[in-house]
Amino acid sequence: MDTVIAYLPSILRGTWITIAVALCSILLAVLLGLLGAWGKLAVSKVANIFADAYTTLIRGVPDLVLMLLLFYGGQQLLNDLGDYTGLWGYIEINHFTAGVFTIGFIYGAYMTETFRGAYLAIPSGQIEAGVACGMSPGLVFGRIIWPQLVRYALPSFGNNWLVLLKTTALVSVLGLHELVWESFTAGRSTRQLFSFFFVTLLIYLVLTAISDVGLRWLDRKYSVGVRRA
Amino acid sequence: MAEAGNGSGRGEAALVAEGIHKSFGSLEVLKGISVRANDHDVVSILGSSGSGKSTFLRCINLLETPNAGQVFVKGELIRMRDGGSAGLVPEDKKQVERIRAKLAMVFQQFNLWSHMTVLQNVIEAPIHVLKVPKAEATEHGEEVLRRVGMFERKDYYPAHLSGGQQQRAAIARALAMEPEVMLFDEPTSALDPELVGEVLRVMRKLAEEGRTMLVVTHEMGFAREVSDQVMFLHEGLVEEYGPPQEVFGNPKSERFRQFLAGTLK
Repeated sequence: MDTVIAYLPSILRGTWITIAVALCSILLAVLLGLLGAWGKLAVSKVANIFADAYTTLIRGVPDLVLMLLLFYGGQQLLNDLGDYTGLWGYIEINHFTAGVFTIGFIYGAYMTETFRGAYLAIPSGQIEAGVACGMSPGLVFGRIIWPQLVRYALPSFGNNWLVLLKTTALVSVLGLHELVWESFTAGRSTRQLFSFFFVTLLIYLVLTAISDVGLRWLDRKYSVGVRRA
Repeated sequence: MAEAGNGSGRGEAALVAEGIHKSFGSLEVLKGISVRANDHDVVSILGSSGSGKSTFLRCINLLETPNAGQVFVKGELIRMRDGGSAGLVPEDKKQVERIRAKLAMVFQQFNLWSHMTVLQNVIEAPIHVLKVPKAEATEHGEEVLRRVGMFERKDYYPAHLSGGQQQRAAIARALAMEPEVMLFDEPTSALDPELVGEVLRVMRKLAEEGRTMLVVTHEMGFAREVSDQVMFLHEGLVEEYGPPQEVFGNPKSERFRQFLAGTLK
């Protein structure tokens, strides 16, 4: 136990990195998800094709493979491009950025389906009622679509968030000093892998429990007017 | 083409629609329909399902864009241009929004916003579209809710109301806009029979107050007793048009006679 306490600062630093990666990734995922849902629902055929290709590709490949591909492959591609054009020198992608971009990019595909389904759940008559009383498209979105979109998206968003939070563990493979990396390092050097990973497990449990509380609060906030069975 | 009213200029009419054509793909739903409603007129639009009556109503506030035709509200033409295969497209979206705010619509399925209370539904568009200050909108909204007998339920969400209550709230939402013309799209068709009366009573009251109303309906009693003009559509054309005593007393069209025989059984 004493060894674990000795390593606590680095474990907590790792936890903080994990939280930061997760929060930045979810933000990116939500943005990409909204964009993707718009692409799927748009009249434009080109937008449909891009959005479909995005979700089909991402959802069909393991997260780890994509992460390694984007991190190592992406870096190589950038540097080859730099060599070829002579526009920039050697670039090393920062681990944090790489993690956020890959996770955000992957979960954006899941969020696309979340938001698409949520949009389709909004009764079209309510949108029509807004249009009919002279609301601009912006008003219809902000006042009628958005609050209901959030409500219908929340259950699936909650799932995606919890899975995303746990997926950040994979970023340790890229060498980012987040929770798992710190525990693994500490565990190996003290030969107490079990203790450190047990603590790690507890920390993840605390994070997901806090998330649950937050998600439940959001659900209550956005479920006004819903008749409970 | 049926020409309604007494032939005075467009400027004096609350609403004039002329030669409205609408096709969905190769199916021509409206084949040139016109209507004219002076201030305080109630025009009932009858027809069997598929006759195009709802589509016609939706072409007036451009929920559907007509392929041809013109709409004037209080003498103001909604400017449209030829959009090629898309039919007509509005010249100025802001003008369309401004005119829609003068043409409140009541829907068959009520279409109340489910995340807002009755009062929030009623004050939403006055605040955000008409830019009425919230306190004023609330005061007016509560008064409008009293008129339709829904004041006591103002803090209820739509999911907790009966169909008749929801429709009265929807009528209040339309009234709160102080519209020039109210468009009713089969307002009682989705209601249980015992709830139809409360909605019709509110609509009669509005007619008596001098509201200008276009009402697509299957309620023959309402059409006969309340409206100033009755219009019967069949396969996208006006088959019968005139004051109710004439239209119901002495129908010229065989189709309308059959329709009446069918509905009055």
